[in-house]
This record gives sequence, C-alpha cells and structure tokens, in this order.
Amino acid sequence: MLRSWIRSAVALLVAAMLAAACGSDDQPSAGSSASTEIKVFAAASLTAAFSELGPQFTAANGGTKVTFNFAGSQALATQIQQGAPADVFASADTTSMDKVKDLVGTPQVFASNQLQIVVEKGNPKGVKGLGDLASADLKVVLAAPEVPAGRYAQQALDQAGIIVKPVSQEDSVKAVVTKVSLGEADAGIVYTTDVTAGGDTVDGVDIPAVQNVTATYPIATVKAGSNQAKAQAFMDLVLSSQGQQVLESYGFLPPPTS
Amino acid sequence: MTGTARRRRRRAATARAGAPILLVVPAVLAVVFLAIPLLGLLGQTPWRNLAAELAAPKVQTALRLSLVCSLGAVAISILVGVPLAFLLARVEFPGRNLVRALTTLPMVLPPVVGGVALLLAFGRRGLAGQWLDRAFGITLPFTTAGAILAEAFVAMPFLVITTEAGLRAMDRRFEDAATTLGAGRWTTFRRVTLPLIAPSLGAGVALCWARALGEFGATITFAGNLPGTTQTMPLAVYLALENDLQAAIALSLVLLVVSLAVLIGLRDRWFPTA
Repeated sequence: MLRSWIRSAVALLVAAMLAAACGSDDQPSAGSSASTEIKVFAAASLTAAFSELGPQFTAANGGTKVTFNFAGSQALATQIQQGAPADVFASADTTSMDKVKDLVGTPQVFASNQLQIVVEKGNPKGVKGLGDLASADLKVVLAAPEVPAGRYAQQALDQAGIIVKPVSQEDSVKAVVTKVSLGEADAGIVYTTDVTAGGDTVDGVDIPAVQNVTATYPIATVKAGSNQAKAQAFMDLVLSSQGQQVLESYGFLPPPTS
Repeated sequence: MTGTARRRRRRAATARAGAPILLVVPAVLAVVFLAIPLLGLLGQTPWRNLAAELAAPKVQTALRLSLVCSLGAVAISILVGVPLAFLLARVEFPGRNLVRALTTLPMVLPPVVGGVALLLAFGRRGLAGQWLDRAFGITLPFTTAGAILAEAFVAMPFLVITTEAGLRAMDRRFEDAATTLGAGRWTTFRRVTLPLIAPSLGAGVALCWARALGEFGATITFAGNLPGTTQTMPLAVYLALENDLQAAIALSLVLLVVSLAVLIGLRDRWFPTA
C-alpha cells in the first residue's frame, strides 16, 4: 500500500515538474550567455511598474532580456549579500540599500511612495483615519516590523501617538492587501501604490501629510553583476522621463526634492 | 524478529555483490548535494552567541507556540486520522480510493495553496467560516486555533498513510484468534491490534509531528503572523531572515536538531542496523 502510494506520488511529482518545464518555455534558458540577459532584484511593491518597463527595456536594448526577482527589499539585500546573481537592485527603503552599500554602485533615488489605509471596497467599517485603527472591534493587519512597509506604518502610528494591536504582522505588504480584500481583516496600512494595484477589491483612505511617512526607493547597479553596461542602461531607463511616467501611472510619486 | 533477520540476510547479499561504479558516482553526488546545505548552515552558526540567540524572548515565544501548535495538530490527527486509517484499511466502501487520494493530497499540494484553500473555506467569508462566524462568533484566521488547523491539514496525511500501511501489513489472524477465544472488539483492539501496529502508529505520529513543526506556507497564509499567537518557529525564521541572519540561523538549527532527532528515533523502523 505504502509502496503503491509512493509510486503514484513520484509519478505526480514528475508530471508536475514536466508541466513546469513546459510552462516556462518563454523564459530565457539557464544556459543562455550572460551578455543577453540582466537580472533585476526589485522590491515587491515595484512588481507591476517594473514588469511594464521590462519589455520596453528589451525593445530599446537589442533584445537584452530582463529577469525580475521581486521580493521584500530586506530579503533581496540578504540574497545579494549571499552572492545571488543580481545586476540591478531596486529597494523600497534606504536601510536595505545601505546593507549592501559595499556591493553596489552609487544608489540613486528614483521614486517615492506614501502610506494609505487600505479598507474593503466601499469602506463598510467607515474608517476615516489612523485614529480609527486603534478601535478594538476593528481587525487590523500590518506588515511585520521586519519589512519596510511595516516599519513605515509603525513610524506613522508612533508619530501620531496611536497604539494599534494588529491581529497579524504579514510577511509582505502585498499579503496585507490580500487579507483585507478577502475580508479577513478590516483595515491595514500599505503603500498608496498597493491600493492602486489592489484594483476593484479594495479602497484607500488617505493619511494626511503631517501623519504620513514617505518611503524613498533607491536603485543601484550590483558590482558583481555580469553586465555593467546593460545594468546601467536599465537604471537610466527607470530614471528617464519614460520610466518615471510608467511609475507615476502605478501611483508612485517622483523622488522627494531635497 | 524474523523480518529483521530476513532483511539482514538481504543486506549481506548486496554487500557480496559489490558496488558498481555506475551507481556509486551518482549516489555520492546525491549525498553531497543533500549534505552541503546542512554544512552551510552549521558553518555559519553563531556558536558563541547561540545560547543568547535561543534565550531571546522572541525565540522562546516562537518555540513555545510551535510546541503547542504542533502537539495540537498531532492530537487532532490522532483523533480523526487514526479512525480514518482504520476505515481505509479495513472497510470496503464506494469511493474509497477517492477518499484516499483526497487524504494524501495535502502531502503533494504546495502548503501555500493549502493555506489559500483553508482561507477560502474557514476564513471569515469562507464556505464554512462564514457559518462558524454567524452561528458561534468563531473566526479562525489570526488565531492559535487557526495555526493548529493549518498544521493539522498539512501533517495529518503522514499519520493516516503510515497507520494504514501498518494495518494492512499486520497479520489479522491474531485478531481472529483473539475473537475465537472470546475477546470482545474493544479487548481485541486494545490487546492485539494496538500492540501490533504500535511501531507504525509511533512512526506516523513522529512524522506527523515533525511535519507540523516545520509547517510554514499554510500557517502564514491562513493564520497570519503574530508573535505569541500564530508566529511559529518557521515563520520566525523567515521573518528573522529579513533583518537578522544570525537569529535565523540559530532558529533553523533548532528545527534541524528536532528533525534529526525524529529520524534517529525512527531509525529502527526505516534504517535497520545490523
């Protein structure tokens, strides 16, 4: 019985792997030469905007492919420290960029983002501002203090002197939006861009400028990268008016002028 | 035990045949591949600060919660999983293969998918969850009960499969003999069946517990992550990885030691030594 089960499990696994292999035909193969591909490690909140920039970059750079690795900025910084093959690093905070400052070129700030309260579509609980989040009958989820979005949210709450008891500290800002859009949580604090990306399922409640926190997004080329010229070209695209336009369409603000 | 003797004889035969090089090379590669990550972990372990890292309140909280949740998941699995194993092994019923497939599905399903499925079933708006919420005011996500549920979902199949295999392998004539001699159903179960399947049951419980202890995907997706409530060890490792590699490695080491302990505990069953 156990043996026959193992046999079917193995068959399933093999089938799954084959399916995965077939499904990734459009991806550049692992064996392709380094000169025709760059790897961009980018903060999870940049997923939509950078995914749109990717094909634009490929078209303008003689078919050079861009592969993205989207994850929490801190995790990406750890991966780069451990020698992951990155050509460009775009972080959602300066802390993560500082962590790898010896491994990257000079970082440049290319965008900024602000916080917004995310609520269910139509705001059924009538959340008006940060102060409402302290209410005991409101289920609030925040990003974990270990990830930038969570740190910024805590900063905003501390500044306003509001104590919130979250029911969960999610591992990424996207997970906060998911929990609210599924109705599991009533409210959360996320980036404005995440509310935009959340589409029809969620609404945003603005946080006034005095209480808000601005997140700055630095980008840099990675020194160990295999293709410095193309990496620089990608960074230039992000900083160009074309790149800025794409970022703006996803709710990002221009870099703070200071 | 005759089984052990037979196995020992078979091992002796294999040794006499010698090891063909065609097998040795890939086999050594496999061992190296499996061992190197462990060495990497051990090599980076902050041995000097290990005690301090493990004594940190955050780590202690996660350890305690992991223990509570994994034991809770094992309890649920025993309560409903062992009866299920008996039914699967002993009773012919329509759709039995379907039930078995369903039972084993969580073993091959990515745990995150399991977490999403749990959310859609037991979440506040979920299939069963909205009813639970309305009738009893119970919501499972973001609670310790939710974390236990997520772990049980992923770990129970290991107990069911192992127990069912044990039941099928055992010699039922002992039970028949007991019945002939006038033992009731309960006595037969307690005095004959249970001792005979005890090794399988023990292995199943150990595997189930180890899997529950290591559960990550379903827990973080369904139960969320809050220190002291739903942040179990694997979740703490993952979050620590964001900003404190040393703490993450120290936590990982604890999980590694537990996994090894389970394997060593099971060695007589799976890796019989001569």
